[in-house]
Amino acid sequence: MSKIPADLKYTKSHEWVKLGADGVATIGITDHAQAALGDLVFVEPPKKGRALKAGESCAVVESVKAASDVYSPLAGEVLEGNESLNDTPENINKDAYGAWLMKLKPANAKDVDGLMDAKAYEKFLADEAH
Amino acid sequence: MGKRTSLYDSHVASGARMVDFGGWDMPVNYGSQIDEHHAVRSDAGMFDVSHMTVVDMEGPRVSEFLRHLLANDVAKLKEPGKALYSCMLNNQAGIIDDLIVYYMRDGWFRMVVNAATHDKDLAWITQHAEPYGIKLTERQVAMIAVQGPKAREKAASVLPAALRELALALKPFSALEGEGLFVGRTGYTGEDGFEIMIPTEQGADYWQKFLKAGVKPAGLGARDTLRLEAAMNLYGSDMDEGVTPLESGLAWTIAWEPNDRDFIGRKALTSQRDAGPRRKLVGLVLEDKGVLRGHQKVVTSAGEGEITSGTFSPTLDRSIALARVPVATGDEVQVDIRGRLLKARVVKPPFARNGKAIVKV
Repeated sequence: MSKIPADLKYTKSHEWVKLGADGVATIGITDHAQAALGDLVFVEPPKKGRALKAGESCAVVESVKAASDVYSPLAGEVLEGNESLNDTPENINKDAYGAWLMKLKPANAKDVDGLMDAKAYEKFLADEAH
Repeated sequence: MGKRTSLYDSHVASGARMVDFGGWDMPVNYGSQIDEHHAVRSDAGMFDVSHMTVVDMEGPRVSEFLRHLLANDVAKLKEPGKALYSCMLNNQAGIIDDLIVYYMRDGWFRMVVNAATHDKDLAWITQHAEPYGIKLTERQVAMIAVQGPKAREKAASVLPAALRELALALKPFSALEGEGLFVGRTGYTGEDGFEIMIPTEQGADYWQKFLKAGVKPAGLGARDTLRLEAAMNLYGSDMDEGVTPLESGLAWTIAWEPNDRDFIGRKALTSQRDAGPRRKLVGLVLEDKGVLRGHQKVVTSAGEGEITSGTFSPTLDRSIALARVPVATGDEVQVDIRGRLLKARVVKPPFARNGKAIVKV
């Protein structure tokens, strides 16, 4: 059973979002996503300053098995990509909620409310399994 | 739901992540594919390969039949239990499948072909066997491949006592039968080991015994990275009916001698050999960061090519691939990864075997 922290928001494409008090959104892929991908060996985080639309492909994570796109849960501007993952992609396998991919300044912080909460994501995963 | 092997419950009990593979529910990994890969290179791992197709072929003319059916020559097999790797070609010399054939005794051969090609292989074999009066019998067995430097020792320790010494004395690419088991010193990982056919109802029991002997379960994921490091082709990726053995790094599997052996595809293959094939299969090591994957475009000074399979190599800690490229391709190429051209080096495979990297990085 994958971990789904209660204080985060989630997307159907298996990204998580944490909105800080400063209005900055930290974004990564979920524990379910890392388990499905398997051992990660390459991560290409988004470049600083890039303007993203909601749902736009913003990063690539590659496991031994396959390459997968990561989609931005929110519209906004990339404040920072997590470059440390270039050398340690396996950190996402170890701790999917610690090894974030990017920090984003949302165009509209209220957009976060449109994402799934932990309960809804858990139900989404259960439905997806059937 | 796909078809299940007799080891399905054993996989689930070992924590496997199951995926569809050619209509079969098979374990892709039991946690970490990379750990499983290293276990096979450094110690011992086991794979469920029960989904593969095993066909016995019997009849007084069976040797004559196989000398017509296969590009390699079963006349090379003199001792019972000896195995041969071969391609089965169509009339255009396209590869229908690759396989292993064992000489059991006079009038009896056993063939192991791929799972995904089961139906078309059997149709082709049946059609061509008919005039020779061959009896074909498909065998339903559990098959476990135990692979790695410690694989033979660990696997032999749980075989019936009567087989133990005989199994350890097997030469590479040889097999023996006894106590209802069929033990071959073969594999698909570039490591030493056995492939063992077991009566279906005893499969799960042997899986447990191997586990207790310290053999680590390994999934299809590790099987793919191991075989790719060892530069063993995967049917459907590195070769298919659209290419010949000469374009697939398999010239060594064609028995041209004797000259008068009339095997299927010989005429087309001879024309290609005499004209000189235009493409070849090579190994690539990615110099930049990233991961090579099947179908990525390869840009060379001699023209374009394509990656047939690519992955991250746990042994080399680099990305590697097999690619089909123009014959005149030099030592350096570029690979188009999501619109960017990254540098790769052309190498002579294999990349790794017997626990060690063979290619320098």
